[in-house]
Amino acid sequence: MTWTLVFVLAAGAYAFKVTGLVILGGRTLPPVFDRCLALIPAAVITALVMKDTFSTGQDLALDARALGIAAAVIAAWRRLPLIVVIVVGAAVTAVVRQIS
Amino acid sequence: MSRVDQPVWWRDESLRPMMVACLTLSAAVGVFGVSFGVASVSAGASVAQTCAISLLVFTGASQFSAVSVIGSGGSFGSALGGALLLAARNGVYGLAMSRRIEGSLALRMLAAQLTIDETTAMSVAQPDPRAQRVAFWFTGAALYFFWNLGTLIGAVAGNAIDPTTYGLDVAFPAGFVAMLWPLLTDARARLAATIGGVVCLVAVPITPVGVPILLSALAVLVGVRRPSQVAS
Repeated sequence: MTWTLVFVLAAGAYAFKVTGLVILGGRTLPPVFDRCLALIPAAVITALVMKDTFSTGQDLALDARALGIAAAVIAAWRRLPLIVVIVVGAAVTAVVRQIS
Repeated sequence: MSRVDQPVWWRDESLRPMMVACLTLSAAVGVFGVSFGVASVSAGASVAQTCAISLLVFTGASQFSAVSVIGSGGSFGSALGGALLLAARNGVYGLAMSRRIEGSLALRMLAAQLTIDETTAMSVAQPDPRAQRVAFWFTGAALYFFWNLGTLIGAVAGNAIDPTTYGLDVAFPAGFVAMLWPLLTDARARLAATIGGVVCLVAVPITPVGVPILLSALAVLVGVRRPSQVAS
């Protein structure tokens, strides 16, 4: 992590916020943009889960993390609070690492 | 701003339940801020950098994404690109909020920094314009406070322990799983998520670190078709 990235990211994130609220104001986007933008979190967050669970750098990997995330998925499916999902995932991963 | 027959907002009984809900939500997000703090220092950022990210960037998913990509060895460009893709939706929230936030340019510039998932959701859920404004500012202030306090606590605590011992390296993906769940309520989002996940795993061995996250965003093209053409 570099300070340059911190500041460029801050500027970029703020640019989106200010563009919508202050610059474009009450205008509406063509519906196709709305539909596609609304899908970004589902697509990108799933990709982040896959990367953090099944890869190390450029190598695919199957290790303790997979069981931890499986437990987290069950916790999320049971509608447990976010922090509980994280604790369950971390605890299962740690236990699997201890016994393997 | 309030009419003569209305008490000031913080004394208005009718706004009380909404304010309690906003505070509860903000405190819960503050706990998530602790996880961000822990995960961020575990991924190699300093305590100061971690706190600066929460103070300045202030949009959870983008922060997690940037730190996660850098932590697994991704380049500056791929970390920034993935994070900004996730920040783009705040622009859409801004469009929705612009009709509800009035005031000087400086006030609206400040409102922009607070325009994220939670503030927009709490605001648009309110029945009238006044409650919508109060919900936005109240949630925004509470959330900013708790998110940054949580980040500081997490960063300091995370600095003191070895993350893999406690499985804290899965704090990111486990947190993402929890964030993802409510998004998967419709068929189109589930399709985009599936494609995004598959594209990422296929791309991992053949592209530089971080690029798979950018490629996964191609899955949003699922949205080009009209909803009526997708079975839900």
